[in-house]
Amino acid sequence: MAREDEFHEYVQSGGQVEVDDWMPDEYRARLRKFIEMHGNSELMGVLPEREWILRAPTLQRKLALTAKVQDEVGHAQLIYRVVEDLGKPREQCLDDLISGKSKFHNVFHYPTKTWGDVGVIAWLVDAAAIISQKALLKCSYAPYARIMKKICWEESFHILHGRDVVLTLMLGTDDQRELVQEALNRWWGPLMQFHGNPIPPDEDPMYVWRIKSQGNDEARQQFLDGYVPQIWELGLTVPDPELRKDEKTGRWHYTEPDWDELMHVVTGHGPRTADRLDLRRQARENSAWVRSVLLAA
Amino acid sequence: MSERAQLLLAIADDELVLGWRDSEWTGIAPFLEEDVAFSSIAQNEIGHARALYELAAQELCTSADELAFDRQPEEYRCSRLVELRLPEWERTIARHVLYEEADEARLERLKSSDDGELAGLAAKIDREEAYHRMHAQMWSDRLRDEPRFQAALEELRPLVNVREGHSPEFAELWEQMTEVRRSQPAGTTW
Amino acid sequence: MIYEVFRQERKGQAFQHAGSIEAPDERFAEWYAREQYGRRGESTALWIAPRYALHPIEDFVDELNRNYHRVDGYPLKEKLKEARERAGTTSPRDR
Repeated sequence: MAREDEFHEYVQSGGQVEVDDWMPDEYRARLRKFIEMHGNSELMGVLPEREWILRAPTLQRKLALTAKVQDEVGHAQLIYRVVEDLGKPREQCLDDLISGKSKFHNVFHYPTKTWGDVGVIAWLVDAAAIISQKALLKCSYAPYARIMKKICWEESFHILHGRDVVLTLMLGTDDQRELVQEALNRWWGPLMQFHGNPIPPDEDPMYVWRIKSQGNDEARQQFLDGYVPQIWELGLTVPDPELRKDEKTGRWHYTEPDWDELMHVVTGHGPRTADRLDLRRQARENSAWVRSVLLAA
Repeated sequence: MSERAQLLLAIADDELVLGWRDSEWTGIAPFLEEDVAFSSIAQNEIGHARALYELAAQELCTSADELAFDRQPEEYRCSRLVELRLPEWERTIARHVLYEEADEARLERLKSSDDGELAGLAAKIDREEAYHRMHAQMWSDRLRDEPRFQAALEELRPLVNVREGHSPEFAELWEQMTEVRRSQPAGTTW
Repeated sequence: MIYEVFRQERKGQAFQHAGSIEAPDERFAEWYAREQYGRRGESTALWIAPRYALHPIEDFVDELNRNYHRVDGYPLKEKLKEARERAGTTSPRDR
């Protein structure tokens, strides 16, 4: 127990942990699960956007969107390598993802219906993600903190690309502006749920172990503070009549998100969960022979 | 349309459609490292198409995007080889190998063209394609003994220089590619 | 096989460990390293090595405090003060 307490103090005061260092079993288990979920999310996040790679309306958008999705696959690679070095092989992670045993973020369980979704996702979903990712730069587990640096650097163009798509639409025809508003209406709920339910940081083991360095509510407030003004300045409306900033406290008020819905979705019951996992499963089965040929000497 | 413009469009259409097909693997390639690598190849091909369309666009007083997206399906000059949807890795790699072979010969001819602009662009494209050829070789060496890979090469080789007409798959691809653009009047910015 | 990748951001800078990739052999590893760590021109150069070729060393022994060859083995402040007093050249700071 003393060794665990020492470790706890060590990470609390900013100590960094490397792959071969001693760590409490609970720390290792939680850490690995957290990082694995991140990897799963990057990999599943590819699928909603992939459909639009094939429908991008200009060469520039085609290139940018392909590069963005490529980055996400690259992030999955970085992340799963970290998980593997912590003891869980990539193939096992993929098995668990496909079987539904492990989870991925809520936003990737929803459909992308129009080109408007492409803009809104790249601008706002990536923005929500980057807030969490920046907080992870200070993760006590150093190999993960290091890849977060590369991930954050690559994400910077994603948000600009998203904003460019949205701005172009907002400067376009009435139909194009409607694409954005309609997409925003559908994505607002999942966006508000993205950072997770309001568990106080000191009750969150992830925070206590300094795996996360930011509470869920704090992340959500940061998102609203950064992006609601950007949304409103374009003349878009947010589909929440309660949304407003309390000028005295600086905190945003909003309709409490549906936490049951979030739980329902991330446990594998989102609108597109089943068919996306199925796509992954099929792609993997069809290419199993390739992996075995390459592993042969 | 001048012979030069026709030639530019044929090559651009090849690169565009091949790039479009290759980009279908982004996110679902056999493993993650290859997924990233193959996506770059697809992006390079689209990039080559863009540069070639831009050259043709100057002559035809239009834009690269209009040439890439706003023609009717029958106006595209790509080879049958690049049009096919090939969701099997062995067929995709077989196409990759065959295309790079044919493209290398084509680029060699263009690099020695009297047309300075065309020769210059061909040289640039060729420097990138050198990496694609390396990639194709690497895979070809690994899959050489796989019967399904050999079968794919046999199946696809006859299509390399077929440029008459289009397969029904191409019509489907064109529908997908142009869906968003066609939803608004010509000239709308995206 | 796992390959470790080292990258040099700009000419003149040190190569730093950047991450690792899985590849069947060196040819594939080169392709994948170039893509993961250089597709946006973010690196000037890369080194790759199979993981088994790298040997971590994390134990360093100094039981008897060998500070004779380190800067912290030479606290000169007191001696210098005394030497200045003797020479009558006390530094303004010491007054």
